[in-house]
Amino acid sequence: MTTVDELLALGDDALIAAQRLAEWTTRAPELEEDVALANIALDLLGQARMLLSYAADLERAGLEGAGRDEDALAYLRGEREFRNAQLTELPRGDFADALVRMLFFAAYQRELYAELAAGPDERLAAIAGKASKEVAYHVDHAIMWTLRLGDGTDESHRRAQAAVDRLWPYTFELFEDRPHLREAWLAAVEPVLAEATLDRPEDGRFRPTGGRKGVHTEHMGYLLAEMQSLHRAHPGASW
Amino acid sequence: MTTAFAAAARVVDPELRVVTIADLGVLREVEEEADGTVRVTITPTYSGCPAMDAIRADIARSLTAAGYPDVEVRTVLSPAWTTDWITDEGRAKLAAAGTAPPPPRSLPLLQRTPVCPRCGSPEVEEISRFGSTACKSLWRCRGCAEPFDHVKVL
Ligand SMILES: [Zn+2]
Repeated sequence: MTTVDELLALGDDALIAAQRLAEWTTRAPELEEDVALANIALDLLGQARMLLSYAADLERAGLEGAGRDEDALAYLRGEREFRNAQLTELPRGDFADALVRMLFFAAYQRELYAELAAGPDERLAAIAGKASKEVAYHVDHAIMWTLRLGDGTDESHRRAQAAVDRLWPYTFELFEDRPHLREAWLAAVEPVLAEATLDRPEDGRFRPTGGRKGVHTEHMGYLLAEMQSLHRAHPGASW
Repeated sequence: MTTAFAAAARVVDPELRVVTIADLGVLREVEEEADGTVRVTITPTYSGCPAMDAIRADIARSLTAAGYPDVEVRTVLSPAWTTDWITDEGRAKLAAAGTAPPPPRSLPLLQRTPVCPRCGSPEVEEISRFGSTACKSLWRCRGCAEPFDHVKVL
């Protein structure tokens, strides 16, 4: 049986990744990319909504009707109650950061959703089955850009390598609950980095962790402040 | 009198305005209960499809206008929607409106390119994998040089 905490981890990953990606709206290097990033963020937001709705229903069932709905989970929890991996909350960074992060995260989601889609929890399997079709496009898009940036100009290569080096340590946290997924993830990511002429970093000892227990980086508070301000300023508003 | 199914089926997709939710395969089921309540089952095209709320409201409005004021709209995810749910009629309407319909998923990946909905040329190139909505990509025809939307295979 899936627990509320497990669903929050899944939903919060998608929600926070969507929020960070949405920061690129009107800021991407070209119009097509602006539209692409907004669409990918929207896919993630939709996944977050379904996962958090499920978490909310489970919580309410456990509390005999008390408890919160998906909006309360997204907009009224404090920082320590979020269960997302720290990779998703790191600052926006440059464009290379956004696309390398998408490669790492989407490749992880692809393995994760494939497993959940075949799992025993029917509702979760339906959400994952739906989402995995979308995530395949995200992986595709991230690969295209990683190759273009890594094997591009000196400057794009330098930035892409810096993003890979900066983000790599944060990928370990993704596999804390499901270590067996890392092998397939590496098999997907390593050849892309190689083809993009990017060095695959060493697996060092710096492996930030804590997101699944509600321990976040100093960037998380600012993200939540922006994401939650409207809902908190106008409780119950509708349009 | 319009049947409950017909009233639900005529709802137009808010984003692809030339096809109905029945053409798209978004409408799964319409059941009339003994007490007059109509239960409509729909499925999203994409997880984050922002049109779902509008579709729910439009279904309620259309059924109410047809004499069915008690409407319940339910959303299911399984079996997951794919572009193969779009009917032949829906594909024809999309093409006639200048949006290239998706090829069948049974085709090998490399043959899944659209033909130009304007001149029929297969000489087309993808400009952007992500178009104006989640379900579309943007293409250009090398024959007539016109850009066009394509409902991409999902
Ligand atoms: Zn043409």
